[in-house]
Amino acid sequence: MEATSPLAAETTKPWSPPASAGAPTPPKKTDWAKALPFVGPVVLFIIWDLVVRLGFIKPILLPPPIDALGALIGGLAGGPLMMDFVVTVWRTVQAFLIAAVLGMPLGVLLGSNEKAYRSVEFLIDFFRSTPSSALIPLFLMIFGVSDINKVAIAAFGALLIVVFNSAYGVINARKQRVMAAKVMGATRWQVFKDVLIWESLQPSFVGLRSAVSMALVIVIVAEMFIGADSGLGNRIINSQQVMNVKDMYASILAAGALGYALNVLFLLIERKIVHWSGR
Amino acid sequence: MNAVLNAPVFADVPAPVFQPGPAGTHITIRGLTKYFAGWPLYENFDLDIPKHKIVSVFGPNGCGKSTLINMIAGLVPIDSGEILFDGKSLKDTKIGYVFQNYREAMFPWMRTIDNIAYPLKLEGKSKAEVDRRMAELVASFDVKFDLNRYPYELSGGQQQTASIMRALAPNPEVLFLDEPFSALDFEMTLFIREKLQEVFMQTGTTMMLVSHDLEEAVYLADQVLLLTKRPTKVAEILPYDDPRPRTTATLSEASFIDAKKRSLEIFQREVRR
Repeated sequence: MEATSPLAAETTKPWSPPASAGAPTPPKKTDWAKALPFVGPVVLFIIWDLVVRLGFIKPILLPPPIDALGALIGGLAGGPLMMDFVVTVWRTVQAFLIAAVLGMPLGVLLGSNEKAYRSVEFLIDFFRSTPSSALIPLFLMIFGVSDINKVAIAAFGALLIVVFNSAYGVINARKQRVMAAKVMGATRWQVFKDVLIWESLQPSFVGLRSAVSMALVIVIVAEMFIGADSGLGNRIINSQQVMNVKDMYASILAAGALGYALNVLFLLIERKIVHWSGR
Repeated sequence: MNAVLNAPVFADVPAPVFQPGPAGTHITIRGLTKYFAGWPLYENFDLDIPKHKIVSVFGPNGCGKSTLINMIAGLVPIDSGEILFDGKSLKDTKIGYVFQNYREAMFPWMRTIDNIAYPLKLEGKSKAEVDRRMAELVASFDVKFDLNRYPYELSGGQQQTASIMRALAPNPEVLFLDEPFSALDFEMTLFIREKLQEVFMQTGTTMMLVSHDLEEAVYLADQVLLLTKRPTKVAEILPYDDPRPRTTATLSEASFIDAKKRSLEIFQREVRR
């Protein structure tokens, strides 16, 4: 879906996301503001480097940041780290897709029938509050030590978040928009497809974003502890076992970068699809 | 047999005989009762709304001005009573409704023009019919802004103009307006007020307008409906017959000032009661 219609773009400036809207400040300030997000990481790396150089922490526990970054870049550029990275991404994507494809319609349906939602609310809230890692042994019994197991448990954890957010999106839909549709003569089905689904999009996206983070967390944990032979989690725990700290930190950084990238990706998609959000 | 012969006598209270309003009545309200938090807001309320007229509803705070038009428009359920439009029920009647809060009344996922065309889409009108009606509306409202934009890209006044266009798109028999100007600045209020008057002169659509601004209420009205404090009754119905189009000059005419003064007197009498 396009944020601006082509016709509108001809006559007037196209719609731009709110983030880029704060432009008209003095140019000096803008230059500074652009550099601000990099201050934190640079300071962190400087402190990290100093701590190692000055010998506060032994290099066997904490390698210099240059080494860790080197291992990260070398590993991702065709090294074995890349293979594990890809495997983790694939498992997360699978788990996420299962959760999204099942969860969004289920959540929207439950939300549009409040009695149905109230009757399963406790179950959803209970399992949503249960740390999914606590369920790993249960899933081990069902799926065995397999690739499916890791995807299944991550999908389960992510699913509940999606259902919960989509359902609440429908339940908390702006009452007045629903009334506006009703007064124009919309049937229940028309209210559902023209108003409720759209109203639920934004909270659903919040759900999807949390769900993909949750899926990544569970996949990494599962790779660490459920007899995996691949994936970032597996790589982190293996390099820790043999005290290959350079590789361990590189894998941790890779996992962090993956989580961050997924979050940003979803924010961008959300801004494109739910273009009216916050306006 | 015996049991039947000696059955206790149940007598039904005879249903009140339906009294039709005077000739030219559009909306007939009989025995309307609505409880709010256990207290009667309306009890056995009768009212006739004339056809092809603008009725402004005015009254003390909390007397249920908006609730009244919401009940007539079917947005708020009534406890008992009967509301008929030319003898028909609401579901056989085409109505339009303009909300005070246009931001939460328009659908931000549709372009403005699609918002305006939405009620026609619900009626299952063909593309050609919709396009024709849109061209008509755009011409009669003399729209200067870009209807291809999303509602949130427009100013408040433009959004409210669009939501009035949406309400009028299916040629409703009655148009309800719930404080349509109170979220707008003065300039936009004047502009939309004139547009509304123009549309009324073109179409003669029956309108019910809730307003908290007495001048605005009288300026647009053929009748000012003044309500009492709750349990709400009709305090008085003041006719105001100055010819249309009314202009700024109308505001300083003796008849206008008189109508406003009398409304204010009744209003103050009711507030003090």
